[in-house]
Amino acid sequence: MRVSCTVNGERLAADDVWAGESLLYVLRERLGLPGSKNACEQGECGSCTVVMDGVTVCACLVAAGQAQDRDIQTVEGLAATGAIEGAVLEGPGQGAGLHPVQQAFVEAGAVQCGFCTPGLIVQAASLLRDVPEPSDAEIREALAGNLCRCTGYEKILDAVRLAAARQAGQARRPGRDAGQGPR
Amino acid sequence: MTSPPVSPPAAPPREVLPRGAPAGGVIGVSARRPDGVAKATGEFAYSSDLWMDGMLWGVTLRSPYPYARVRSVDIGPALATPGVHAVLTHQDVPGANRYGLEFADQPVLAEDVVRYQGEPVAVVAADHPEIARRAAARIAIGYDVLAPVTSARAAMADGAPRLHPGGNVVRHLKLRTGDPAARADLVITGEYQVGMQDQAFLGPESGLAVPGEDGGVDLFVATQWLHADQRQICQALALPPERVRLTLAGVGGAFGGREDLSMHVHACLLARHTGRPVKMVYSREESFFGHVHRHPAAMRYEHGVNADGRLAFVRAEVLFDGGAYASSTAAVVGNGGTMGFGPYVVPNAAMDCYGVYTNNPPCGAMRGFGAVQTGFACESQMDRCAAALGLDPVEFRVRNAMSEGSRVPTGQIIDSPAPVAELLRTVRDMPLPPDPGNAPDLRELPGGVANTTHGEGVRRGVGYAAGYKNVGFSEGFDDYATARVRLEIAGGEPLVTVHTAAAEVGQGLVTVETQIARTELGCERVIVHPKNTGVGSGGSSSASRQTYVTGGAIKAACSRVRERVLALAQQRLGRIGAGLRLDGGMVVSAAGDPLISLAEVLRGEGIEETVEWRHRPTFPVDPETGQGFAHVQYAFAAHRAVVDVDTELGLVKVVALDCAQDVGKAINPQAVEGQIHGGSAQGLGLALMEEVQVTEGRIRNPSFTDYLIPTILDMPPMRLAVLEYPDPHAPYGLRGVGEPPTISSTPAIVAAIRAATGRPLTRIPVRPQDIADL
Amino acid sequence: MEFLRPRSLAEAVETAHRYPEAVPIAGGTDVMVDMNFGRRRPPALLDLTRVPELAGWETADGLLRVGAGVTYATLITELGGLLPGLAMASRTVGSPQIRNRGTLGGNLGSASPAGDTLPVLLASGAVVETASAWGSRQIPAADFCTGVKQNVLRPGELIAAVLLRPAPGPQQFCKVGTRNAMVIAVASFAVELDPARRRVGTGIGSAAPTPRRAPAAEEFLAGVLAGRGLWERPAELANAELDSADLDRFGELAAAAAAPISDVRGTAAYRTHALAVMARRALRWAWHDYIHGYGG
Repeated sequence: MRVSCTVNGERLAADDVWAGESLLYVLRERLGLPGSKNACEQGECGSCTVVMDGVTVCACLVAAGQAQDRDIQTVEGLAATGAIEGAVLEGPGQGAGLHPVQQAFVEAGAVQCGFCTPGLIVQAASLLRDVPEPSDAEIREALAGNLCRCTGYEKILDAVRLAAARQAGQARRPGRDAGQGPR
Repeated sequence: MTSPPVSPPAAPPREVLPRGAPAGGVIGVSARRPDGVAKATGEFAYSSDLWMDGMLWGVTLRSPYPYARVRSVDIGPALATPGVHAVLTHQDVPGANRYGLEFADQPVLAEDVVRYQGEPVAVVAADHPEIARRAAARIAIGYDVLAPVTSARAAMADGAPRLHPGGNVVRHLKLRTGDPAARADLVITGEYQVGMQDQAFLGPESGLAVPGEDGGVDLFVATQWLHADQRQICQALALPPERVRLTLAGVGGAFGGREDLSMHVHACLLARHTGRPVKMVYSREESFFGHVHRHPAAMRYEHGVNADGRLAFVRAEVLFDGGAYASSTAAVVGNGGTMGFGPYVVPNAAMDCYGVYTNNPPCGAMRGFGAVQTGFACESQMDRCAAALGLDPVEFRVRNAMSEGSRVPTGQIIDSPAPVAELLRTVRDMPLPPDPGNAPDLRELPGGVANTTHGEGVRRGVGYAAGYKNVGFSEGFDDYATARVRLEIAGGEPLVTVHTAAAEVGQGLVTVETQIARTELGCERVIVHPKNTGVGSGGSSSASRQTYVTGGAIKAACSRVRERVLALAQQRLGRIGAGLRLDGGMVVSAAGDPLISLAEVLRGEGIEETVEWRHRPTFPVDPETGQGFAHVQYAFAAHRAVVDVDTELGLVKVVALDCAQDVGKAINPQAVEGQIHGGSAQGLGLALMEEVQVTEGRIRNPSFTDYLIPTILDMPPMRLAVLEYPDPHAPYGLRGVGEPPTISSTPAIVAAIRAATGRPLTRIPVRPQDIADL
Repeated sequence: MEFLRPRSLAEAVETAHRYPEAVPIAGGTDVMVDMNFGRRRPPALLDLTRVPELAGWETADGLLRVGAGVTYATLITELGGLLPGLAMASRTVGSPQIRNRGTLGGNLGSASPAGDTLPVLLASGAVVETASAWGSRQIPAADFCTGVKQNVLRPGELIAAVLLRPAPGPQQFCKVGTRNAMVIAVASFAVELDPARRRVGTGIGSAAPTPRRAPAAEEFLAGVLAGRGLWERPAELANAELDSADLDRFGELAAAAAAPISDVRGTAAYRTHALAVMARRALRWAWHDYIHGYGG
């Protein structure tokens, strides 16, 4: 069958999709978007987390046909949605225009092997969109479906706190809105 | 939250919110990983992300039985399936149908017998993985099922079936030192069991094999040691190394589970047979059968202590169930046995450590490598000794702690700092977490939002443990690493390229490689060449050895490059200068005055050096006494665990897990912390929830539904103290970091549970029924 | 394999009738696991996520009608006030990602003895409403599951909604798992107090081939409360604690109603023990809420 949906703002289609395939398989093997990962394919690890119609889901548990006409956002599209102006990592070409959560993960040492990273970043970005200043308990409960085997989660928590603090700082910065007023 | 590192020289205190590591500088300052951005954007290519035009998918057919004779194999129906391009069995292996890390005892594809549930019997290549799976299911294999040997004891008993030609004992390490008849005021005897832990790396076994025009093959694969893989693949394919080219694909964690071959030869066979690229990716379920696990252990210890609080003797018998094939069982026995007395001065010691074949799932390397199991037994014993003597558990350990100059039970004298006492005191002195208030949030209680307690039955306990781990390959193994370093001018600026075959598995080796190059050559721009067999072996990314050995090789290669650059500089300057250095892309005087730029020195030429680097040698131990200079370095850590236990339901919440570790020199402090956090998390998993449950040779829980690893709701905050007492024999004084936290974390947690409940708890993982005493 | 996407309940029912072997899929949190691992290869998947009649909930004549397609996330955020027990159970399911997709209908359809909402449905006397080509029927939740992963649904019959009253009194739910998130229940227990009808409801999970009630425990407690005149709630009741002997007895009777097995997740003896502890505690909390005026 043919499956067409909006992915990261772009209308995409895949042909010859077998009805038993998951959205994860379609993204990775047919649409050239391997950023979402396949650590367990049973919804137990969160490495395949994407946003579908505004909420985070495990793409491995979405049947390909269920994605028809849905709006999907993957880690590959995250930077475009929330990059902070002027928040560029040092070094040439390094991280210009990353989403604050992506940037924070890299800076806080929350990335080791990185296999869990895309799913965690999508989930954390979604959390901060809904709860801009989460408590530690809220962060933990929101990320409880994302397994990491390398970090012990400490620096992941650091990264989410860092991203939240930066987003809060950005929100309060004068002149942020369109039509800059006097400083 | 982390507390300030406690070490000379004093490091600046960490901020409450990390400001983030800078792009990359010299050693000793936290640096951002060069692959971090790609991993955060999803652009980093793991072995399971590889794709090539015209590629086929490979799938493995595995034995459902733990022990059986293979009577017949009919691949006809599978081969006839539309979309199938190849169905291969052992008859299609052109070279030796045997591989193995220490003994080549494992078939690439089974011949007339299968020895474990999941042993590969055939492989299929097809257009779509679903077609390949269906075709594999059509291969008809006739098995004569045999009764499996399912315990190490049974395998060692008289009359047990011989699972391999040489008998069922892979290795017996015997250690005897001191007085075998030594007496003590008090003797504490205990028996302990450790269940089978899994590495559970998130990235599945996977890779892409591409047939070469020269009849060879290019393999892109996630692994821990490219050259060990290459050696074994060459033997199986009957090809020389020039025609078996390996490139490291992105690795999604390893922890010992990628030291052995998985899909490597299978994919190469299919690729060469079909003439097409072949990709193989294991599912999570298949992954549980596709790699070795941590050895389950049954241990019996006798600790003799005197009234003055000193250990008089330790005698132990340790049985490791190695499963169907040897893998690295012999080395695990060597490590677990020689390290099996804890970081304490033991004047009289006896150890019999066995690694045994059974028809259980094969076991091999997992972070901690034998010392995790014996560490649990030793630390449990130490607490019982302390209690019997009426001594505080930390004080008792301190009284017996190793230090520089101590003699370890193999006869080695520790010739670098060994701050065991300080590590223990450091964790003891860290502030304790606050008691839960009167109306704690459910999430702070055992059971969490599953709402099993509102505080009823909850008791808090505190526990301590210390541990040590040998760093590097031991017992005379000729271990080395190779580094090629090239300095050139690109775009008018100096550029250093570092090329090693040392596997980056997530630990941050690539960052360290750039930091060392920057430190030694004073250049900012450093790139890490893709890791492949185009340069000499980097050795294994295991045994906490890479920063030491590959780091040493890079440092040495940089040193030679620097020598040549400085010699050239002096020629250009027309004078001899003492104490010239490289800094900021310039040659500078001893006082730091810039003298000449690297561009002017090199004048368009590159300078390149390749070094094969070794640490000082180790030696085999005597087969009767276990004595010898077996280990090149030791690394020490201590943990304190605070737990809240629902004593009626047996549910545990780890409230704090604090660690002090001596890392010699923290090359990348942020990454050092990450390793300590991650190793402690794996220790928590082994303490509370991780076990591959095997019955009659069959795995009952091959999925993340029932093989549970800690989530963020299970991990506590971890306060760290990173000590830096340099090892004078190691580059920069550094010590291996990755494994020590796995040794002391588990026993500290179990000790805390004992303190809260009074239960003896001699088995890990601890299950709720063990605490509830059912 | 076909992929069928009906756009209305009528179309879904008609499609299910024509393809009785099609496997209905909504959140996919059970079905896709089987699909990904090759354990299930049905001739067709029947996608229910575009059937609007299944997606929402409403109140009518004091009864709540919760569409089969309502997710755990919705149960928590929108129905937490009216159905606190169901919201508590939903919060323990999987992960946020799972809760955004998994549905109440799916929990029933999978008929796992460990289904997290099922003990609550039993305790509150919920009724399952089905739809099929030959009509609709109503089945008490307590009779819906017939064995491990087996239910009374006939080929071509779909779960349309769950009918239940807003909580008539305090509700509690507990679940034992060896990890703090993403864990299949080792054992679970739900209790509901219904003072208006002088009724106690219970539900046991993961301790029998199907979820089941503990009628002896319910009758015992109802008898104790009636005997002490505790169903009324005047101000003096603020100090009317239940005797620990009665709490213990309630726990024993709840545990005795179970028929647990030993498996990879726990032993039968532990499950029995855990049920007694959970039942005792859950009742104490529900009773405490009752005498202090919370719930219902």
